[in-house]
Amino acid sequence: MRSFDYARADTAQAAVAQGHGRATKFIAGGTNLLDLMKLEIETPEKLVDISRLDLKGIEDTDAGGLSIGALVLNSDLAEDHRVRAHYPVLARALLAGASAQLRNKATTGGNLLQRTRCNYFYDTVAPCNKRQPGAGCSALGGFTRNHAILGTSDHCIATHPSDMAVAMRALDATIVTLKADGEARRIAIADFYRLPGRFPHLETVLEPGELITHVELPPPPKGLQLYRKVRDRASYAFALVSVAGVISIENGKIASAALAFGGVAPLPWRDARAEAALIGEAPSTAAFEAAADALLADAKGFGANDFKIPLTRRTLIACLRELTAGESA
Amino acid sequence: MSSKAPDTGGGAAAARRHEPRMAAVDLTINGEAYSVNADVRTSLLDLFREHLHLTGSKKGCDHGQCGACTVLVNGRRINSCLTLAVMHQGDDIVTIEGLGTPDDLHPLQSAFLRHDAFQCGYCTPGQICSAVGMLAEVKQGRHSHVSETLGGDVVLSDAEISERMSGNICRCSGYPNIVDALREVAGDRS
Repeated sequence: MRSFDYARADTAQAAVAQGHGRATKFIAGGTNLLDLMKLEIETPEKLVDISRLDLKGIEDTDAGGLSIGALVLNSDLAEDHRVRAHYPVLARALLAGASAQLRNKATTGGNLLQRTRCNYFYDTVAPCNKRQPGAGCSALGGFTRNHAILGTSDHCIATHPSDMAVAMRALDATIVTLKADGEARRIAIADFYRLPGRFPHLETVLEPGELITHVELPPPPKGLQLYRKVRDRASYAFALVSVAGVISIENGKIASAALAFGGVAPLPWRDARAEAALIGEAPSTAAFEAAADALLADAKGFGANDFKIPLTRRTLIACLRELTAGESA
Repeated sequence: MSSKAPDTGGGAAAARRHEPRMAAVDLTINGEAYSVNADVRTSLLDLFREHLHLTGSKKGCDHGQCGACTVLVNGRRINSCLTLAVMHQGDDIVTIEGLGTPDDLHPLQSAFLRHDAFQCGYCTPGQICSAVGMLAEVKQGRHSHVSETLGGDVVLSDAEISERMSGNICRCSGYPNIVDALREVAGDRS
């Protein structure tokens, strides 16, 4: 690990005042950042320790939603009674992620910002555009079993690893930040992540030194919620495919649908066309297949991950069946 | 903590990347107060093993994948390899050395002996510290990925034990006996 300067911040304002320097990183749980620092994939020159900031609460908002402090632990967010009762898709996504030890350390803000687990990103002798812009992508033409089928570019096909962020995408969360100049900013999660394009090392719209302080959830959505994760082993593995679904039905027809996907794209994926294919339809295999067709119209495999296209289709249809059970025409 | 020197060029900055920077940390481990001055890069695990000669916590992967380094920080189980010692100012930590002694075993330690819940034993300190944390989580009514519902009581089935202990890998695959030991201790407490 490269050496670094270490500073402990007492307030969010103090953190951003110290956090905008060259090669400066905030550290909270540290479970992903330290892993990458040991491999010298991340080489910050300064760490600003934000783990003592007063951002550990979960508060009701005036709008009827929740404001989640950026330092709320993944395990505590999953167990919050309001999250379990009103946002079960989020509780289930959190419980499906990592291990108990990691969930006891990983924070809400850090989970959003975790880096890909692409094996070439981790292999420091392999060229990687995310690790070293312009170096090339070793996954293209390499072993791609864990890679993306949607939203890829000629420069990167890595997936975003989070489960939590997939549920938050389905719930239309808002990310609240403090910028280096002390101004607060609100970013819809739909606008938070960047597609890889030509610059896969740029993963979010955060500016240098911008600190996530909260994640806000809107009031609980109508209908049923579900998170389903398909992986190589029953526990403690990243998703091959995951689906966060929220569906409501009125008068026998699907009135609203929010569907977000993990393990298949560079960011928590959502496609309005897939949701539109369901709205106004009575639950049926034909409607579910139309949604899957819309979702996967532009899907592209790279050989070893071709299986993710039918797996995503089947997982989506299974989720839609479960979410509309008893309502099928 | 060192002060930030101005960058005077690539050579000086590059050299500085390898220059140790020290920080002081005061923390409590197994009821004893420690004040340590260590390189800021020191993980909590390396602080135990290399600075304090508390070698019960094991280094398996050093990347949070195996769980051999699991300890309890303020009562919660974490991977001590994936956290910096300097970030634990004022924390109250329990390692395997703080759970029992050869003459006075922790109930989980004696259950592991009774059920032969190890082969090489390298993962055992992490398994036991993790299990202490796990049983506390169950007592608090915390749910898991395999819990049928997200409300109501948690019943510690074998499936629940396996899911909740998935962050601890046993290379010898002693899992059935580990589950037996944990089931017995959990049963005694319920």
